[in-house]
Amino acid sequence: MSVLAILEQRGGVLNRMGFETLGGAARLSGSLGVPLEAAILGDGLGDLPQQVARYGVAKVYAVEHALLAQYTADGYTQAAEQLIRAALIDINPERTKPALVLFPHTYQARDWAPKLATRFGCWLISDVVDARIEAGELCFVRQLFQGKWNADICAPTGSLQFASLQAGAFRAAEPVEAAGEVAAFAVQLDAATIRGKPEEPFREAQRSVDLSSAERIVAVGRGIKEKDNIALAQHLAEAMGAELAASRPICDNGWLPMERQVGSSGQTVAPKLYLALGISGAIQHLVGMKGAKTVVAINSDASAPIFEIADYGVVGDLFQVAPALIDQIKKAKA
Amino acid sequence: MKIIVCVKQVPARDSTLRARPDGKWVEESEVSFEINEPDAYALEEGLQLRDAVGGEVVVLCAGAERASSTIREALAKGADRGIHITLAGDAAPDPLAIARLLASAIQSESPDLILTGLQSDDLGFGQTGVVVAELLGLPHASIIMQVEVAGDGLRVKRELEDGWFQHVSLPLPVLLTIQSGIKKLRYATLMGIKKAKSKPVHVIDAAAGGAPSEARPEAALPIRRVYPPQRTKQIQMLTGAPEQVAAQLLEKLRFEARVL
Repeated sequence: MSVLAILEQRGGVLNRMGFETLGGAARLSGSLGVPLEAAILGDGLGDLPQQVARYGVAKVYAVEHALLAQYTADGYTQAAEQLIRAALIDINPERTKPALVLFPHTYQARDWAPKLATRFGCWLISDVVDARIEAGELCFVRQLFQGKWNADICAPTGSLQFASLQAGAFRAAEPVEAAGEVAAFAVQLDAATIRGKPEEPFREAQRSVDLSSAERIVAVGRGIKEKDNIALAQHLAEAMGAELAASRPICDNGWLPMERQVGSSGQTVAPKLYLALGISGAIQHLVGMKGAKTVVAINSDASAPIFEIADYGVVGDLFQVAPALIDQIKKAKA
Repeated sequence: MKIIVCVKQVPARDSTLRARPDGKWVEESEVSFEINEPDAYALEEGLQLRDAVGGEVVVLCAGAERASSTIREALAKGADRGIHITLAGDAAPDPLAIARLLASAIQSESPDLILTGLQSDDLGFGQTGVVVAELLGLPHASIIMQVEVAGDGLRVKRELEDGWFQHVSLPLPVLLTIQSGIKKLRYATLMGIKKAKSKPVHVIDAAAGGAPSEARPEAALPIRRVYPPQRTKQIQMLTGAPEQVAAQLLEKLRFEARVL
């Protein structure tokens, strides 16, 4: 058996989360005492497989085909299925069998990894934050209830399993002296079986608000309750000399423009001060702001995950705390 | 266009959670339930599509008896009828088994379009929709921000990471997982609530074998235990009256963190 990391690339460049997936995969392959293998799908991969082979990987499968040039769920699933079946069913005992298939938990992996797992009668243990071997079982830790709770999900080692690893949860792999082997794996794909017709990815019109360079940010979440209350956050931001930002639900509701959204689908920020007002801290938000130097969380729910990454926390009513803070700042300035 | 919207009922967002005695799930008797928020957006998209091109919206839900309130809410918002696959209240969550049950119910309806939210707010696997499509042999697209009818199929806008998007054209029938915020959510009107009472809800009892045998949940997800995560960062909690808290916080930000 082996651990197989299926990595993501665009234009021959590895998605940076791939190094973390390799790091997590290397740790698990070490604990299990089995080789680490990787696979990269695409067309015109250049020397990317050779680069990846330097990160402690025994073997890198370069899966190239003209129909993999652009990502489609149908194309990628068929190609990976063929690769895994070839390795699993191979009668040559020298060949290793993937027992654990790992992905970076990207939007692309979310689109096709569950489909692939289903073909093997498996589920995808998605968005994993930690993993360990415990009493002959492979245990994955993943979050429940938007990060408020965790769950340990365990299954016997040696059974085929699929999992995707959360961004920032595993230490990225480092290059090593000895490079692994690179092997081309030929797949059979028929254009007629690829049903989605993707167009070129694009970005929306240039943003007029650049939160990434803001030194201080006051970000507002669901706890603000109503559109009219946004003014309170605005006043606090003004008093602190901060930019105003928001979590996704606020922008979904149209209370603030999408360009002020922080998180995986919005902007990534790293200010000196990030004050989260009524933000619970779902992972999609945290990935966009965990680079902040100092984080302040004000929330009425003591179990909100935002408190796990905050430096200063206030469990309380933001409608009392924020006005008091504005008063104090004004006093200090005067 | 015949549209099926899959919805899930989940613990309300502000619920205080406590582990069940066996530690494998939370105590459900102590929380209130609501529609999974991304599914509410899937429903909204389904209703607006139907209103634009005609057809019907069927709301499909697999869940305990209590989930009937979520189906009624969807009917009150404008769905035409409901299908409720009833599960035992204490059934362990199992994404693959649930997907099989949903796929089996969808198969007998032969819809043109199936919509789900992109993920659930409780388990958050984010895969039920994609798995249902695969079980039905249908194409899918996930994390959808916009849907337009184009010829015999659909042209949808997928959200990628870091502010990137992509358009994809797909033939019908197709399954889409909908991103929150795709459209503004409607509220149920009094008239809608009244009308919902007479709309049909077909009940399939999964536990009693009402669903085909291969679709019955067998292997539950091997959850060993659920627990609140430990804090990894040292946090200073500030307590007291709002004025005191504000004064302390200001002091810390100015002279300890030096960020203000």
